[in-house]
Amino acid sequence: MTEQQRAGASGDVSLAGLSKHYGDFTAVRPMDLTIPAGSFFALLGASGCGKTTTLRMIAGLEQPSTGTVHIGDRDVTALPPYKRPVNTVFQNYALFPHLSVADNVGFGLRRRGVKDTAGQVKDMLDLVELGHLAKRKPTRLSGGQQQRVAVARALINTPQVLLLDEPLGALDLKLRRQMQLELKRIQTDVGITFVHVTHDQEEAMTMADTIAVMNGGRIEQLGSPVELYESPRTTFVANFLGQSNLVEARVTGRADGDLLLDAQGNRLVLPAARSAADGERLVMGIRPEKITIVHTSDAKVADGRNRLDGGVIVDAAFIGVSTQYVVRMPWGQEFTVFEQNMERDRRLVPGAGVLLHWNPEHGFGLESGDLTAGVAEASEDAA
Amino acid sequence: MAVVNWLRRNVVVLIGLLALGYMTLPNIVVLMFSFNDPNGRFNYTWNGFTTDAWENPCGVAGICDSVEVSLRIAVSSTLIATALGTAIAFALGRYRFRARGAINTLLFLPMSMPEVVMGASLGTLFLNMRINTGFTTILIAHIMFCLSFVVVAVKARVLGMDPKLEEAARDLYASPTQVFLRVTLPLAAPGIGAGAMLAFALSFDDFVITNFTSGNTVTFPMFVYGAAQRGTPPQINVIGSAMFVIAVLIVMIGRIRASRRARQPA
Repeated sequence: MTEQQRAGASGDVSLAGLSKHYGDFTAVRPMDLTIPAGSFFALLGASGCGKTTTLRMIAGLEQPSTGTVHIGDRDVTALPPYKRPVNTVFQNYALFPHLSVADNVGFGLRRRGVKDTAGQVKDMLDLVELGHLAKRKPTRLSGGQQQRVAVARALINTPQVLLLDEPLGALDLKLRRQMQLELKRIQTDVGITFVHVTHDQEEAMTMADTIAVMNGGRIEQLGSPVELYESPRTTFVANFLGQSNLVEARVTGRADGDLLLDAQGNRLVLPAARSAADGERLVMGIRPEKITIVHTSDAKVADGRNRLDGGVIVDAAFIGVSTQYVVRMPWGQEFTVFEQNMERDRRLVPGAGVLLHWNPEHGFGLESGDLTAGVAEASEDAA
Repeated sequence: MAVVNWLRRNVVVLIGLLALGYMTLPNIVVLMFSFNDPNGRFNYTWNGFTTDAWENPCGVAGICDSVEVSLRIAVSSTLIATALGTAIAFALGRYRFRARGAINTLLFLPMSMPEVVMGASLGTLFLNMRINTGFTTILIAHIMFCLSFVVVAVKARVLGMDPKLEEAARDLYASPTQVFLRVTLPLAAPGIGAGAMLAFALSFDDFVITNFTSGNTVTFPMFVYGAAQRGTPPQINVIGSAMFVIAVLIVMIGRIRASRRARQPA
């Protein structure tokens, strides 16, 4: 552990002014990013946002158009991939079909001139619980087993950084959940920096310490899963990471560190510290599960809570742990509300009039912009 | 009714067997007549069983020399055409360059052009360049037409290969040379093997083009053609049958090894 910490101290991955364009198309805009050694870092974004290109530039499989890649103090920008202390778990694994599982895992060691690889290969295969399949060809393994071989093949080389390119994309949901925990466990065990590229926001949040949300070739926001979820700073992040109800609002005044807002004629409060916008106009956001929904007839709301009246339920979907309501607001916008199924109010059916209220601390303020940025991307990936 | 049902269930097998019979019948006749004891110079009618020809396959003047010439040409042209063709296939499959379309078209010419036309034009070419036709000119001609088939076979394989595999090898500390030897070449091997086998077969039994470019050199197909004018010794059948049996054995060994690898225990 102490050794790893020492290696870690100088093992940060730092990207400086890194960019990539193909002809007129810009895949990655100049980017500065430091990935701390020993962390589990996720690059999250929809397809085509530049996350895989960024990963490939760290691996050396793609030459950056501008900028540098440092691993620790070493500038590796000009190094070919086979000279970098980095290994990759590829999307669809890219296992060598002509080699056995054991030979796949031992490939990297042998290329570096390690004479006796058998012992290490065996230990590695035992770590991923595939020791009994060492002699098989990878094509005769299941998806989950192939995935573990790919991880073993990369980890056996004890790289400074392990890059994972959508490593779980080809697995079914149940196996994916299981492998997420497995990968997280391995990362904690070996203490190597993991850089994980994914389009699955749930996967990123489950596994990563730090997430960089990418959109259009740039990093939109960087932070811990909790930070990103509770305090998104752009409409894209608010919509791509989970769901958000966004409404345009005007700042009408300030009091005690709170912003007083006018949203479609409703007076709302938002702590100034919770707003990423400085101007007169902003977008107020609230997550669906933070909203309490009540029937119009018991319109008693505690003081100090934000409330929106006059909503009508247009759809109610029972999901088991919760019920998802779609509520049409008087100004035509639709709000989504998740309500835990503790005491279900049987009057809350489509057509019922409701009012919504929430703790102002749970809201967040964004720079005004496209309210639906990131919605299409998020739903497309969920499908 | 039972017969009709049986037919209905086995119609595919029956048609398959008929097709197989149609294709192997000539070979069986050749094999049978290699055991004939011909009455006279022509081995066209059954006269009696003997193993004379099998015991003495080189018993006819020039026959084994011609087989040797054919083998030398087939092996050389296979080696050269496979090496060149593999390189061309990788270039065409992997890279975009200016003459790519033209080369693709040119490669199809030897396959689509009638052999007679190609043979005649090659003969004219060598004559006008005052090159003495013989072993070398046959070799040049064979490499030329074998090349196309090798390129087609290897290119199909190259296009089907996942470029991620080579990236994975580079990522796992393999230098460019090691990537090629450890990953690219083994993955392309089935295509290269198929191309080489095709090249060998085409070169070994080519008659038309060889006839225009051979000068005084006599290959086995040319020997057979020449012999047919004067008489057909059963040794021709012996060598023909031997080639057939060897080819079938090679294919069978390949099959058995492949299926054994597939059934490999855990």
